[in-house]
Amino acid sequence: MAQLMELADELAPLALFADLSRPQLDAAAHTFEEVWFGEGERILREGLTGSGFYVILEGQVAVRTGGRDAATLGRGDFFGEVSALLGEPPSADVVALQSMRCLHLAASALHDFLIAHPAVMYRMLLDQTRRLRTTTRARG
Amino acid sequence: MGSGPGGLQLSYSLRRLGVDHAVISSDPAAGGMFRRWPFFQRLLSWTKPYAPAERGSRAYERFDWNSLLAEEPRNRALMAGLMDGTSYFPSRPEMERNLVGFADRAGVRVRYGCRWEATRRESGPDGERFVLETSDGEYRCRVAVFAVGVAEPYVPATPGLDLAPHYADTRPAETYAGKRIFIVGKQNSGFELASGLLPFARSIVLASPSAAKLSVVTRSLVGIRARYLQPYEDHVLAGGVGVLEASIDRIERTGETLRVTVKPSAGGDPVAFEVDEAIAATGFVAPLRDLPALGVATFGSSRLPAQTPFWESATVPGIYFAGTISQGAAGLKKHGLPANSGAVHGARYNARLLAGHLSEEHFGVHRAARMFAPADVLPFLLDEICRAPELWHQRAYLARVVSFDPARGIADEGFLPLAQFLDSGGADAIAATIEANAEGAVYPVLYVRRTGTVTEHVLPGHPLHDFDTAEHRRAMASLLAEVGIDAAAQVAAPVPPTHGAAVS
Repeated sequence: MAQLMELADELAPLALFADLSRPQLDAAAHTFEEVWFGEGERILREGLTGSGFYVILEGQVAVRTGGRDAATLGRGDFFGEVSALLGEPPSADVVALQSMRCLHLAASALHDFLIAHPAVMYRMLLDQTRRLRTTTRARG
Repeated sequence: MGSGPGGLQLSYSLRRLGVDHAVISSDPAAGGMFRRWPFFQRLLSWTKPYAPAERGSRAYERFDWNSLLAEEPRNRALMAGLMDGTSYFPSRPEMERNLVGFADRAGVRVRYGCRWEATRRESGPDGERFVLETSDGEYRCRVAVFAVGVAEPYVPATPGLDLAPHYADTRPAETYAGKRIFIVGKQNSGFELASGLLPFARSIVLASPSAAKLSVVTRSLVGIRARYLQPYEDHVLAGGVGVLEASIDRIERTGETLRVTVKPSAGGDPVAFEVDEAIAATGFVAPLRDLPALGVATFGSSRLPAQTPFWESATVPGIYFAGTISQGAAGLKKHGLPANSGAVHGARYNARLLAGHLSEEHFGVHRAARMFAPADVLPFLLDEICRAPELWHQRAYLARVVSFDPARGIADEGFLPLAQFLDSGGADAIAATIEANAEGAVYPVLYVRRTGTVTEHVLPGHPLHDFDTAEHRRAMASLLAEVGIDAAAQVAAPVPPTHGAAVS
């Protein structure tokens, strides 16, 4: 459990979990599962059902669609929430750019986690709003 | 390294392929963790003596989670013949006899009493080798496979937890008679102890930060198994058992008793419990010794080695893993459901597949693939999704693959890790899997690779898991047409009873 306590320490500085109390961080560390990916490994696969929600602990990923990298995400960023919340396959690949560690939560568990932790849901909403604003500006 | 189920299965399968190897084990005999655990001497994994398939057939493996895999009929399904009939969950001694018996009957040779102590690399005339320093001297090898289990007790650094013996050091149940017991941890090991101590304990509290997961809710082996749910029922019926969502803050000795202070996950003030005994059911880690120093990356609470889809260390080529440790190659975990690699009934297929992979990649053993006529493909794949134990036990993890190469013909590529099939590229092919979702539906999925692009096709489920229906045949024929196979004539044909045949 010390490792899980350490995992809670890793979660504490991430923006997504910034509003959680220490017991809530401990619980989150037990709810999410740590996963590891090697360089070049696909974490989300475009068009395949059953993917999950991920928060990056260490390393970077590329969001890749049509052979083009549309975005790069790093520590503290999250991905997979759109397909997890809508119940649809991902519309892009997400590929590890180097060896990396993530937190993973099954799509079916994300709903309950967000309802139980509205502060995390609010942080996620903030992030989505910023992404939407960026996209809107880019379209002019 | 290792003489538990993973090491025995791998050695057996390597020998069948003619790959020279040595097996060492620090134990005095076969069995691995089953020489000692589960503590209350009854397994979580069943073997059904009376099943819908004939004992010893390939299809019977779906109903026998504990026997190792053999090609000779006399060495198959050994577990069922060793059980005394009082339970379809074998006792620990029965499981130990099953593994010892397999090693003896199948001629698996192990150097027992030989402890692996250190590992290093050296360059030789034929390339780099691993040197394994053991209590009996040094072994040199091109490939090292570690089947050492995930059975090293792990004790957290929580203040005062040294006052709580680990699960591995639990005393005989009757010595807890009349005592108030606090169990740190709410996974199967914690609930196994609680179940076994119910007849003796005055009260039991189990605590960990997150809610207890139940296997009947997660619809997988993740979570507390049904056999250990009695303490949970006692909890919800207010029968002297408490199941808490709380972090352990500290444990202190107060005279003859212990004070356990917890912080509720939902918030609020810390809560203190006065108890007579505390036990740390805090899990186990993989005993990798100096492998991390050699560069083997690990992750997660069990310190599992990071692995490729073929169970090779993701960071140190040439080091592989077998047995329960193979769960470090997690695969796609579609819908959040893990494969059963952590249990014998999943890991045994990983080990057999690993033997084939090692023999081809490192020892030049190439087996001729079975070739199909176009009319054979639909009945073959249909039979596999209906009965293949590899697919049913390793859902969305192992796939049966048939390739369609104009120059070579239609070939049975055997089983592949699904992740490998999806990401490796290659000739046009179809990979068949059995999958499940979070709602509990079980259904076949076909992945069609055509000109390098893979598409997923989810076939319908069936209330009784019978996929030999006209609907499934039509769906399969339609997908086969995409790779140039006209299977229209097989849509109405009966499935041949091939499921009794052994498959290597």
